[in-house]
Amino acid sequence: MPLPIAPILGIFVDNVRKRGSVLPLSKRTATGWARGLDLPRGGETVLYTGNVYQMIPAIDAMSTQMAMLENSFLTRFFGIGRLVNKFVNMSFFMGLTASSEKLRHANRVLRDIVGLLRNAGVEFGYLYEDEFYAGALLYDDGLDEAFGEHARRVTAHLKKLGVRRLITVDPHTTQMFRQAYPRFVKDFDIEVQNYLEVLAQAHPRRAEPADGEVVVHDSCIYARYENICEQPRELLRAAGLSVREPELSGKSTHCCGGPLESLFPAEAHRISGIRVDLLEAEGKNVVTMCPFCWVNLSKAAGDRLVVNDIANVLAACGQRDHRAALKAHVAEDNLVRAHGVA
Amino acid sequence: MTRVSPELAARMKKAEGFDANACFHCGTCTALCPLGYKILPRKLFHDAMLGLEDRVRANIPQIFSCLLCRMCEANCPSGVHITDNIRSLRSLINRQVFGLK
Ligand code: SF4
Ligand code: SF4
Repeated sequence: MPLPIAPILGIFVDNVRKRGSVLPLSKRTATGWARGLDLPRGGETVLYTGNVYQMIPAIDAMSTQMAMLENSFLTRFFGIGRLVNKFVNMSFFMGLTASSEKLRHANRVLRDIVGLLRNAGVEFGYLYEDEFYAGALLYDDGLDEAFGEHARRVTAHLKKLGVRRLITVDPHTTQMFRQAYPRFVKDFDIEVQNYLEVLAQAHPRRAEPADGEVVVHDSCIYARYENICEQPRELLRAAGLSVREPELSGKSTHCCGGPLESLFPAEAHRISGIRVDLLEAEGKNVVTMCPFCWVNLSKAAGDRLVVNDIANVLAACGQRDHRAALKAHVAEDNLVRAHGVA
Repeated sequence: MTRVSPELAARMKKAEGFDANACFHCGTCTALCPLGYKILPRKLFHDAMLGLEDRVRANIPQIFSCLLCRMCEANCPSGVHITDNIRSLRSLINRQVFGLK
């Protein structure tokens, strides 16, 4: 039996209404990445993670379990699952197997984004546990009423904290605040910029050409909703890398399959497999810009590709040994040591 | 026999921003869709606008499979807001079929 759609969507709605997030996140998981960075609390301009990178380990663990459940007789029990979820946070148990390696990756990306913005002279604060998930899953699945309530609650909260400008770090949160919130929240006037736009505007210095090459995988949302195509390329080139375009790139990018992970995992894997083939035809070192693209493509690629988030690549290029950026495991060790993130 | 629901047809007409009537069925979207389902998105809109409720219900898995990737929309010669239309259909199904809000 395929996964039952209604009870799963019901769990998302219940979680956002009751817990403010589609998946539960401990305070430590949500804000632990910022430890030791001395980011000021709040302010008019804040870096807004929307907890999306931090949710990746749990989403990944959950989608693996959903894939095992797909076509299993257990799918019959999802209705009961929703009922239990109202009292006990079921998705918490599903996320328990979340890997600490994935959390380290997520933390490193966020820390590198902070480093890149600071190097570019940008000043900003962070809301710590006062930050909420923006609600993309509700919006995308047409759960309009629950999304509208959530969007209004988040906006009121941001206004109360005196926030006027958000620097977002992932495509989905960017799209929510720029395109979805203004439809659901009257007079939404918080300015929203994505960190790649902010970095590109800061006119990055052109580095000595490196002998590195990267294949760019554009996020559908950045490319076709938010018009963020040129900025990442400009930043990679300025960091001294040569940028290779796979078949279907930029405005014509091919989806990574991510949006299907929660309801149709098998189909998601088929789509990510197609994308991996296209990327591999152009090179082995792939750069992604979205946490979902990263998790899906790295899982589908296995050892065939080295998939890195653009923030890690740009930050590693700024370090002495830029080649580290092109070898995921090397980069991981170096960066973990450099930042002391465990 | 396919059941025609005038209510569904009327609701789709009224759904905010639902503009599938601008579609002239060129097929570009279906050809470009990475999912490769015959129903997405052109035939789906056709069924919804005609109020073919049984068919729309039968297509619920495909409706929720759409990646909202906009590969179709970016290339639609008629400028149809395809992903918004799919969201509208999801919203309708959530309310009318699943009882979710
Ligand atoms: S590309 Fe646009 S006009 Fe052509 S069939 Fe699809 S929705 Fe209709
Ligand atoms: S938005 Fe949906 S229908 Fe359009 S190309 Fe993507 S998956 Fe296919």
